[in-house]
Amino acid sequence: MAGTARMKQPGDLRVIRLPCTGRVNPLLILKAFMEGADGVLVSGCHPGDCHYNVGNYHARRRLELLQRMLPAFGIDPGRFHYTWVSASEGSRWAGVVSDFTRRIEALGKIGAEVPANALAKAEQTAMTDATGKTTS
Amino acid sequence: MRIGVFVCECGTNIAATVSTGKVVDAALSMRDVLHAESIQYTCSDPGQRAVIDAIQKKGLTRVVIASCSPRMHENTFRRTVGRAGLNAYMMEMVNIREHCSWIHSDIDEATDKAIDLMQKGVARVRRQVPLHSTTVPVTKRVLVVGGGVAGIQAALDIADAGLPVTLVERGPSIGGNMARLDKTFPTLDCSSCILTPRMVEAAQHENIELMVSSEVEQVRGYIGNFDVDIRRKATCVDAEKCTGCMICQEKCPGKAPDEFNAGVGQSKAISIPFPQAVPLVAALRKEHCRLFIKGKCSVCKKVCPADAIDYEQEDRIETEKFGAIVVATGYELFDWRESYPDYGGGQYPDVVTALQYERMLSASGPNGGHVQRPSDGKEPKNVVFISCVGSRDESVGRPLCCSVGCMYIAKQAILTKEHIPDSQSYVFYIDIRAGGKGYEEFTRRAQRDFGAIYLRGRVGKIYPSNGNLVVMGTDTLSAEQVEIDADLVVLATGFAAAEGAGELARKLNISYDQYEFFSESHPKLRPVETTTGGVFLAGACQGPKDIPDTVAQASASAAKVIGLLSRGELETSPMVAAVNQMRCTGCFKCRDVCPYGAIEAVELRDGREVANVIDSLCQGCGVCNVACPPAVISLKGYTDGQLIAETMELLR
Repeated sequence: MAGTARMKQPGDLRVIRLPCTGRVNPLLILKAFMEGADGVLVSGCHPGDCHYNVGNYHARRRLELLQRMLPAFGIDPGRFHYTWVSASEGSRWAGVVSDFTRRIEALGKIGAEVPANALAKAEQTAMTDATGKTTS
Repeated sequence: MRIGVFVCECGTNIAATVSTGKVVDAALSMRDVLHAESIQYTCSDPGQRAVIDAIQKKGLTRVVIASCSPRMHENTFRRTVGRAGLNAYMMEMVNIREHCSWIHSDIDEATDKAIDLMQKGVARVRRQVPLHSTTVPVTKRVLVVGGGVAGIQAALDIADAGLPVTLVERGPSIGGNMARLDKTFPTLDCSSCILTPRMVEAAQHENIELMVSSEVEQVRGYIGNFDVDIRRKATCVDAEKCTGCMICQEKCPGKAPDEFNAGVGQSKAISIPFPQAVPLVAALRKEHCRLFIKGKCSVCKKVCPADAIDYEQEDRIETEKFGAIVVATGYELFDWRESYPDYGGGQYPDVVTALQYERMLSASGPNGGHVQRPSDGKEPKNVVFISCVGSRDESVGRPLCCSVGCMYIAKQAILTKEHIPDSQSYVFYIDIRAGGKGYEEFTRRAQRDFGAIYLRGRVGKIYPSNGNLVVMGTDTLSAEQVEIDADLVVLATGFAAAEGAGELARKLNISYDQYEFFSESHPKLRPVETTTGGVFLAGACQGPKDIPDTVAQASASAAKVIGLLSRGELETSPMVAAVNQMRCTGCFKCRDVCPYGAIEAVELRDGREVANVIDSLCQGCGVCNVACPPAVISLKGYTDGQLIAETMELLR
């Protein structure tokens, strides 16, 4: 809706399409940070309103956990945000994108605040913690 | 690997903001991209032919189309590559219109983003494998929710095509709001004369099962195969035995609000809502019944000649299978009382809504068609109509136009003159919106032939004075303050979604807007479909509309349903989960999280128990994909490999 209604948005965001927030693997978000993403935003249907019945409930648990674990990886939790925007809430979506972009701009480029090897270490920890064994 | 990239200009929709040539150049510099071109309108016939030509001449095996939202044209382009001989899923769409050209103004910024998105698409399609749909049988039965004119029309059209229909209505009779109208604009046809034959036809149709006093409780399943729990509410009347003689209503001592008459007049605790009700069966409202409130009465049981009264009746849940669902739950009028304290907020009896006035005008109404104002039963001479109450009014949070108010006010002004020849109608309006066929002429007639005085402006205040009401407003055309001594004030209240619309939407998994009107899948291309397959919309539940539009939309929904169910089976999306059973450890975490029960245990030849996905049940949400500890269950089309490749490509 935001696009159809031509609501102007900052151009820093790139969208990866998924069927459901339930498909979002927290590891994918860490991967994005490791590859240099300055911020990651996950958006899905409102809880209780999931197109796939309960997918966003699973997502909410996983993403909330990730949010809390980010500092352990040396990532400012402010760089990650998950939210719920329905297909008809175009103006809300435009607002979410603008707010998030502003927040990330204020935080600056990722990696500036932590030494590079801390990230590599975090990567190792992430892979080990989340699956119980090292997958990398 | 031979990849082709097609960049749509979409006329100037994309090309004005994205430099498509640069996107093409960037594509050509990518590994394995053998062909890239920009096309003015890729979805047009020559556009699609260009894609097919390129695939065939250059032997492309994978295609990326950078154009509009996949919601718009993903199926179009899947068919295109299919016609060229490729597997339909070897095509990836990236959205450089809604996600790029339409939301950015800076050309460099938009072009950079379009290139990124295109590269992401290439990375993704590179890891795509051919997918094949399976088919599932469909249930050739249809559920229509809501028994107003929209539901009746849809049910009749579908039933005429030979499909069994269940028409569920929560009230005791079908007919909806239209049954409450006296006349319809712009022809002044008697509303019930048009509607009641259709109501009877629906009740008698061999393919229609009528379920009144019933509501949808829960919906499971998916397109072609819904399981719906329907609550049959207890009415304390055995519908099989009741003859509709109305003796119970006559003798019942319990007073109850008259909902059919919009609160004008009173009804009884046990009643038939109106004489033409279909089915003509009484229903008891426990909340107003003396027996249920005070524990003593049972007059109706004593007087009923058919022995139809059963106080022990309880709600029942019936579960039925349906292949498609038409939602036609209609609207109700915006409750103006809290938002308009300056109009008395409901304190002045002679300020009524247009629907209440409609009942006063109606021959089947509480006064038999003799207009009497509520306060003292006097025949009103000066009638003031105020348009746009709870519509086109940002100050009360209702900026939407009700689309029919201008018309029904003109109608009621005409009817007022017909009922009371020495009366004078005044109409306060913002604009006269009369867009339909014959509508403009109709509003002119109200002024020219029936003497209604139209005043362009809003009413600021209504206050009582000497038993009458003083209406203070502005005539913005003459820039004068106007005060009218009114006997009766009629408010043209706007449309609101039916009570419980949001709740029903959640049960059906369909989306709705800020007013709780249900959202269509696309306003122009898919106006009666919802975002959930197999669920269709008809009438004012989708937004304010008049009767002709409602009926047209109901027939459109019916056509969609008939088309859907004319096939014996449906193709399912092949984007479902799949298990690498050799590596599955049999922990069944996937089965625990699956919302659809689509995962079963199967035994391999070596005796190991592993997970297996039942394709026809899987809806492709991917929750299992994330839950699997050894990551061996994977959602086709959205594999870990694809998502990681997309992420890395964007961040390269």
